Amino acid sequence: MSQSASVHSAVEPAETPLTPESWGKLGMWMFLAGDAVGFGVLLASYGGMRATSADWPIPFDVLGINLTALMTFLLICSSVTMVKALEWLGKGDRAKCTMFLLFTALGGAVFVSLQAYEWAHLIHRGLHINGNPWGASLFGTSFFIITGFHGLHVTGGVVYLLSIVRYVANRPEATASYNAVEIVGLYWHFVDLVWIMVFTFMYLL
Amino acid sequence: MATAEHKHPNYMAIFWSLAILTVIEIAVIYMPFARFTIGVLLCALALGKAALVAMYFMHLRFETRTLGMVAVTPLAIATLLVFLLLPDGFAVAKKTEIKKAAATAPAKP
Repeated sequence: MSQSASVHSAVEPAETPLTPESWGKLGMWMFLAGDAVGFGVLLASYGGMRATSADWPIPFDVLGINLTALMTFLLICSSVTMVKALEWLGKGDRAKCTMFLLFTALGGAVFVSLQAYEWAHLIHRGLHINGNPWGASLFGTSFFIITGFHGLHVTGGVVYLLSIVRYVANRPEATASYNAVEIVGLYWHFVDLVWIMVFTFMYLL
Repeated sequence: MATAEHKHPNYMAIFWSLAILTVIEIAVIYMPFARFTIGVLLCALALGKAALVAMYFMHLRFETRTLGMVAVTPLAIATLLVFLLLPDGFAVAKKTEIKKAAATAPAKP
């Protein structure tokens, strides 16, 4: 008995010390830590450029924050539908989980659409990647790069969420897809978290 | 294992906190404070919101401490980077000012 137990623990792949229940979760956390460095570098260089620029426009005068505040609220709501999806799956209800995953994806899709509308509106008013009527040309450059990078993350997240909807649909056992849903949740909340930072530093500050 | 997975915080409370903090953030920029004070308040509010999302939505609160350290490292790197960039940026700004002054000075008389 004791021998079989020791053999078992030797054969079993070693469990990760950081996230004991799944390697996939650790993988997602590692990816997110790297991605956070990417966003961190973008926002830090934005801060550095802005602090040392003599004619940086005041963002909330130029960009307008009504639409963006709505987008922020939308993303927070989609984070809630994401946790609801995981909660329902934990209770074994795959149909409710799928519904909430689809709500989350819808929230992301609407967010990206609103961002496209906002970009079109700002481009029309003269905010270009290489210059703008209000001051430092780097303002437009950094605006499009940072919000664009985040928008791409949301777009990728919507595709990811839809693929997880399929993953859940293909597995009759709710427990079989719990990990996958938890991991897509990590990604989605991270995108929300980054938007909180972007909204504060690029629109409000 | 299973017990750790089912430890769910009160998500709606977190949602309302995030919504209220967002409203406070927007209110802060219209307050009659100095720009510096507004900046500090906004940074604090944003970090608070980010912490709520990470701790409860991403369940970081229920994970190991080491994973928390992994998650906080990028923030430390980014903060450090701002201070690394500032001296360079100010040096360039000063040079531009000197150049501008030199260019406008002979045109005066």
